Amino acid sequence: MTEAIDAEGLIKRFGKVTALDGLDLTVHTGEVHGFLGPNGAGKTTTIRILLGLMRHDGGRARLLGGDPWTEATALHRRLAYVPGDVTLWPSLTGGEVIDLLGRLRGGLDPRRRAELLERFELDPRKKGRTYSKGNRQKVALVAALASDVELLILDEPTSGLDPLMEASFREVILQEKRRGDRTVLLSSHILAEVEALCDRLTIIRDGRAVETGTLAEMRHLTRTSIQAELTGPPDGLATLAGVHDLRTDNGRVRFDVDADALEAALRTLVKVGVRSLVSQPPSLEELFLRQYQREDVK
Amino acid sequence: MTGIGSLIRLMLRRDRVLMPLWAVVLGLVPAGYVASIDSLFPTAVERAQYARISAGNAGFVALYGPLHGSSLGELVAWRAGFLPVMAGLFALLTVIRHTRTDEEAGRSELIGAAAVGRQAQLAAALITTCAAGLVLGGVLFLAMIGQDLPVGGSLAFGAEMALVAWVFAGIGGVAAQLTSGARNARSIAIVALGVAYVLRVGGDISALGDGTLAWLSWLSPIGWVHHIFPYGANAWWPALLTVLATLAAAAAAVWLLGRRDLGAGLLPARLGRATAAAGLRSPLALAWRLHRGLLLGWTVGFALLGLVFGAVAGSIVDLAGENSGLGEMFARLGGTTQLVDSYFASVAGIVGLVAACYAVQATLRLRDEEQSGHAEAVLGTAVSRYAWAGSHLVFSLLGPAVVLLAEGLVSGLLYPDGNLGEIVGGTLAQLPAVWVLAAIAVFLTGLLPRLSLASWGAPAICLLVLLVGPILRLDQWVLDLSPFTHVPHLPGGAVTPTPLIALTVVAAVLGGVGVAGLRRRNIPD
Repeated sequence: MTEAIDAEGLIKRFGKVTALDGLDLTVHTGEVHGFLGPNGAGKTTTIRILLGLMRHDGGRARLLGGDPWTEATALHRRLAYVPGDVTLWPSLTGGEVIDLLGRLRGGLDPRRRAELLERFELDPRKKGRTYSKGNRQKVALVAALASDVELLILDEPTSGLDPLMEASFREVILQEKRRGDRTVLLSSHILAEVEALCDRLTIIRDGRAVETGTLAEMRHLTRTSIQAELTGPPDGLATLAGVHDLRTDNGRVRFDVDADALEAALRTLVKVGVRSLVSQPPSLEELFLRQYQREDVK
Repeated sequence: MTGIGSLIRLMLRRDRVLMPLWAVVLGLVPAGYVASIDSLFPTAVERAQYARISAGNAGFVALYGPLHGSSLGELVAWRAGFLPVMAGLFALLTVIRHTRTDEEAGRSELIGAAAVGRQAQLAAALITTCAAGLVLGGVLFLAMIGQDLPVGGSLAFGAEMALVAWVFAGIGGVAAQLTSGARNARSIAIVALGVAYVLRVGGDISALGDGTLAWLSWLSPIGWVHHIFPYGANAWWPALLTVLATLAAAAAAVWLLGRRDLGAGLLPARLGRATAAAGLRSPLALAWRLHRGLLLGWTVGFALLGLVFGAVAGSIVDLAGENSGLGEMFARLGGTTQLVDSYFASVAGIVGLVAACYAVQATLRLRDEEQSGHAEAVLGTAVSRYAWAGSHLVFSLLGPAVVLLAEGLVSGLLYPDGNLGEIVGGTLAQLPAVWVLAAIAVFLTGLLPRLSLASWGAPAICLLVLLVGPILRLDQWVLDLSPFTHVPHLPGGAVTPTPLIALTVVAAVLGGVGVAGLRRRNIPD
C-alpha cells in the first residue's frame, strides 16, 4: 500500500529565505497525523507544496501516489483542504460556498452536510463577509468533511473555534478515524487535540522535521521529573548520566531524568532510602516546548 | 481626534511614492500644454481661430469642457479639462484605501484599539488627501507662473485641481461608510464620479446647441470647477460651492461613521440562500457570480455614455449650419456626414479606452482572488489553474465587448440619421486594442504578480497619448505605443483588417505567456 503522503528532503526557497530545508514527512494511509511546529516553521508551505499550489525547489513529494504539481487536478478530487486562514467570497453565503467547494471537488453528501451544519451550529444563510473567523472556519470544515474523500488536509482547523466547537470537531475526526479509510493531516497548536486525535506526529522547526513518530515514542525521548524525600544523603545521584537539574534541599531532591536513565536513578534512590516519591511523566507541553526551543537541530 | 498626527504620518509613509507621484505628475501635465499651444498658435489671431473651432466641437467639449476665451492661459486650462476627473479619481481611491480597505483587512481594528479617536482614521485620510490636493494645486500654480502666465489665473487654475480633489475625497469618505466591502465602496464612489462626468458632458454639449439641458452641468462638481474658467472669468464663487460641498460630504461621512459599527456598513446584511443554486458548480459559474455586478454596472454606465453621445450628435449638425465659419470648414472637410462620422469615430476612441479600464479591472480580479486567499480554496479542489484563470478571463475579454456594444447601440439608435451598423462597428473595432491592455494585465499577473497593479499604467499611457499626443506633436513612435492609435477610425475611415488582426495576435501572445506563467508560479505569490 502506498503512503498517503510521502515527502523526502523537501526544499523550498523564497528568494534568499529558505522556508523548507530538507523536510521529510510520511503519512500512512488511514492514520491521523499531527503536524506541529512553531509559527513560521514551514507547515503551511509544506501543505501548499503538497497541494500543488507551490512548486518545491528540491527533494521529492508524492501525494496519494501521484505528483502533487503535475497531477494536481486529478489528485484534488480525492482530498479536501481547509486552509489556515479561511476567507470567503463576501457576496456568497456560507451554504453556497459549502456547495460550490464540494461540487468543485466532485460532489458532497447532503445528509452529512446537514448533520455537520447542525453539529457546528452554523447558519448557512449568512453572507461571507458577516461570518467571524471561527464561523468562516466552520464553513470550510463542513465543506471538507461532507466530501467523500480519501485525504483531509487541515491547517490549524480549530484555531478560531470555541472550546465547545473544538470538542465537536474532535468527535467528528474520531468518527472519521473509526471508518478507517480516511487519512488526515492535521496541523495544530492545540496539544490536547493532537493527543486525543493523532496516531503519529511530526514536529518541524526551521523547515526540517525534528521529530516524528507516535506520542509514546516521543515521550520516551524526554525526561521524567522526580521529587523525593530521602532518608539519607543522595550520594551518587549527581554523577549519574542522564540526571539533570538536580536540586537538593534539606533531604528533598528534585531532578529530571532521561527515560533510559530512569531505572538507574530509581535504584540509586532506593539504595539511599525513600520516604516519599512523586514522579511526573513528561507533559506534552514540556515535550513540545523542548522541541520548539531546541537550539541545535540534529 | 486623538492620534490623528501619528495616523497622518502613517498614511504619508504608506503613500510616500504614490501620493507625490500623482500630485506632481498631474500638476505638471498642463505645463507641457503651454509650450505646445504657444508654438502651434503663436499669434492671437491663430489662437482665436483655434478656439472658435474647438469651442464648437462637441467631441472636444465632451472631453475637455466648455471653452470661452482664446488667451494662452484659457486654452491651456481648457485643454487640461480632463485632469479634474483624474484628480477626483485619485482622491476618492486614496480615501477609500485608507479607510474602508484598512477596515475590511482588519488593520483598522488594530489601530482603533490603540489610543486613537473614533473619527481619527477617517479625518486623517481626508486631511492627508486634501493636503495632497493642495500640493497638486500648488505644483500646478508654480508651473504656470513659471511659464509667465498671469498669477491670478494660475491661482484659479491650481484651485480648480485642488478643489476637485477635495470634493471627491469627501465623496470617497461617504462611500466608504455605506458598504462593508472596499470594492463596493470604490464602485459607489467611481459611479458618483462617472455620473458627475456624464452630467457635465450632457450639460456642456446641450449648451452648444439649444441649451435646454445646460443646467445638467451645474449638478456636477466637475462642472463647477470648470466654471471657474481660469485666466478668463476667474470666477471664485463656483470654488466656494465646491468647498461647501466638500465640507458637507466630510461632515456626512463623519456622521455616518458615528452611526455604524466597526466593520459594518449602513446597509444591513441580509440572509441569503442556505444552499447553492444547482448551476453554481463550475469555476465559470463562480466567476459569473463574482463578475456580474461589475459587468452590469459598466454596461449601465456605457449605455448612459451612449445616451449622451448619441443625443448630442444631432446638435453637431445644427451647429455647423448656424456657424458660417464652421460650416465652411466642415464643407471643405467633406460636409456634415463627414463631421458626424469623425465625431462618432472620436467617441469610439474614448469609450474604447474607458472599456480598457474595465478590462484591466476585470483581469486584476485574478490577483484579487489570489491575494484574498479565495484562489487557494478553489485551486485546492479539482479545478485546474487554466480553468480558474480562464473563468475570469472570459469576463475581461468578452465583458468589454458587451459594454462597447451597449454604448454603440444606444448612441447609434439615438442618432437615426447615422448608419447604425457603422457606428456600432466603429465602437466594436476598439476591442482588439482593449484586449491588448487586458493581455498586459494577464502578462503581469502571470509573470510579475507583485507588479500587477502596474497594469493600470497601460490605460494611463494611452490616455496621456490621447490627451496630449496630438497637441504636443509627439513623435509617431510615441503615438504608436497606444494600441488605440492603430484601430481604424470608423465610421468614415477605411476598414483595414490588418491592424485589428495584428493587435489580436499581440494580445493573444501576451495573454498566452501570462497564463503559462500563472500555471508555473506559486499561488499565492
